[in-house]
Amino acid sequence: MAEKEKEEKKKKKSRDKGKDSSKYVIYLEDVNKAYSDANGVPALMDINLKIKKGEFVFIVGDSGSGKSTLIKLLLRELTADSGKVIVNDQDLTKMRHAQVAKFRRTLGVVFQDFRLLKDRNVYDNVAFAQRIVLKSEKEIRKNVPNMLSMVGLAGKYKAKPKQLSGGEQQRVALARALVNKPTILLADEPTGNLDPRNTNDIMKLLEKVNENGTTVVVVTHNRDIVNSMQKRVITLKQGVILSDEEKGAYIDD
Amino acid sequence: MINTFFYTLGQGVKNVFRNKWFTMASLATISACLFVFGIFVAVVFNVNHIVKTVEEGVSVTVYFNEDVEQERIDQIRELVTRRPEVYRCDFISADEAWAEFSKKLGENAEGFTENPLANSENLQIYLNDVSKQGELVGYLETVEGIRKINKSELTANTLTGVKAVVTYVSVGMIALLLAVSIFLISNTVTIGISVRKEEINIMKYVGATDFFVRAPFVFEGMIIGLIGSAIPVVVLYYLYNAAFEFLRSNFAFLNDYISYIPASEVFIYLAPASLIIGVGIGFFGSFFTVRKHLHV
Ligand SMILES: Nc1ncnc2c1ncn2[C@@H]1O[C@H](COP(=O)(O)OP(=O)(O)O)[C@@H](O)[C@H]1O
Ligand SMILES: [Mg+2]
Repeated sequence: MAEKEKEEKKKKKSRDKGKDSSKYVIYLEDVNKAYSDANGVPALMDINLKIKKGEFVFIVGDSGSGKSTLIKLLLRELTADSGKVIVNDQDLTKMRHAQVAKFRRTLGVVFQDFRLLKDRNVYDNVAFAQRIVLKSEKEIRKNVPNMLSMVGLAGKYKAKPKQLSGGEQQRVALARALVNKPTILLADEPTGNLDPRNTNDIMKLLEKVNENGTTVVVVTHNRDIVNSMQKRVITLKQGVILSDEEKGAYIDD
Repeated sequence: MINTFFYTLGQGVKNVFRNKWFTMASLATISACLFVFGIFVAVVFNVNHIVKTVEEGVSVTVYFNEDVEQERIDQIRELVTRRPEVYRCDFISADEAWAEFSKKLGENAEGFTENPLANSENLQIYLNDVSKQGELVGYLETVEGIRKINKSELTANTLTGVKAVVTYVSVGMIALLLAVSIFLISNTVTIGISVRKEEINIMKYVGATDFFVRAPFVFEGMIIGLIGSAIPVVVLYYLYNAAFEFLRSNFAFLNDYISYIPASEVFIYLAPASLIIGVGIGFFGSFFTVRKHLHV
C-alpha cells in the first residue's frame, strides 16, 4: 500500500472518530490510568466507553475494580495516563486547571457519603451551588425551593444535615447536584449507606431525573436494583470492562 | 460580580464565627506573637532613645592658645566640621561662655563687670558616633593653636557596649519571634484546614473557581489578623503607660539621666506596623494553605 493511501486512511479514521465523539456526552478511547503509588498496577486498562445523551447507565463491579477511578476521570479530578476522555465535548486530557471549574458546572455529582456542608442548613447547601455560578439571589430563591420540592424535601429547608436521615441527606445532595441543570449526573454508590426503602426512593428520583433529559451514570453494588431496573449495565473487573449490555443484569463472579 | 463580592465577604465573616475553635486558636497565636513583638519594639525604641540622648550630650571641647587669631579659629572649625565622625561643631565666644556660666552662678555672678572668662572661647564638637571620640582627639592633638582638649567623661566604650548589646538582643529576639510565630501559625492553620478540606473539596466538585474557594478563607484570615493585632496593641498601650508611670514614680532618681518616649510616639509606629503584620499573616497564611488544597 502506498504511503499516501495509508495516510489518507489514517486521516479518515481520525475524522470519523472525531465525528463519533461528538454524538456522545461521554466518550472514552483506549484510556489507561495507574496511581503513582500503586507499583505500576493499573486501576483502569484500555477502557473504551461511549454514552449517548439521555442514557441511564449502571456501572457495577467488585470493590477495587476501578469504578470510582472512572468517575474521577469523568470529573477531571484525575487525568488519564493515555487515551482520550471527552465529556460534554470537552477534551479532558488537554484541559487546563483554570478551565476545570467551568467544566464541572455542566456536571452534577453525588457520593455515598453525601458530602454536605454540616454547618449549613438544607437551603444553604443547595443555594451554595447556585452562588458558585453567580446566580442572583432572586433566582436562587426561586430555584432552590423548586429543587427541594422535586426531591421531596420542601418542608425541611431549615434543617441541618445531622437532623436528617441518610435518605434525606442524599436527597439534599441530589438537589444540590441538579440545581444548576447539569447535562450529566454522576453518582458514585449513592445508595451505599441507605436502607432498601430509601434506596428505592433515590433510584426512582434518578430515573425521574433521567426522564427529564439528564444523562445519568450510577455506580452501584445493589444487585436487586440493577436487575429490576433493566438499564444498560457496564461491568468492570480489575480495571477492564468485562461486559457492556443494554437492559443488562448484575453479573456474578 | 457585586453579589459575589458581598457573598464572599459574608462567608468570610461567617467563617470567623462558624469555626470558633479555629478562630480562637488563630487569634491567640497572632495576638501572642504581636504582643511580644510590641514589647520588643517598645524596649528597643526606648533604649535607642536613651542611648541617643546620652550620646548627643557627649561632646569634645577645644580651647585655644591665647595668641590665636579669630581667623585661625574659623579655619580649625572648618577643618573639624569636615571630618566624617563630626555631627556638629559650634563656636562658643567668651561672652557666650560667660553668659552660660553666670546663669549657673546665679546671684553670685553679679559682682563682675568684666568677663572673667576672657580666654574661654571654644569649639563644642558633637559626634555622630561616640566610638570615634578617640580618633577625633588624636587628630585635634596634631592641630596647631589648640591649648586644651576636654573629652567627655562618659567613656565611648560604655555607650558602644550598650548599643551593641541592644542590637544583638534585638536581632536575636526578632529571629526567635519570627521562628516561633511561623511555627505556631503554620500549625494552627494546618489544624484549621483539616476541618475545611472537606468544604473546599465540595466547593471544587460543584464547580467553584479557585478565586471563589479562596476568597472567603483569605478574607477570614484577614479579619482574624486584624482583630488579633488590635488586641495586643490596645493591651500594650495601657501596659506601656502603666510602666511609664511606675518607672517615673518608683525610680525617680533616674529621671535626671533618662527620658522615656511617651506612648503616643511609640504607638504611632507600633500600631500600624502591628496591624499590617497581623493582616499580612492572616492573608498569606490562608492564601497559601488553601492553595495546597485547590487541585482537586
Ligand atoms: N488514591 C489512590 N492511590 C492509589 N491507589 C488507589 C487510589 N485510589 C484507588 N486506588 C486503587 O485503584 C484501584 C481501583 O480503585 P477504585 O476506583 O476506588 O475502585 P472501586 O471504586 O471500584 O472500588 C484499587 O486497586 C485501589 O486500591
Ligand atoms: Mg468506589
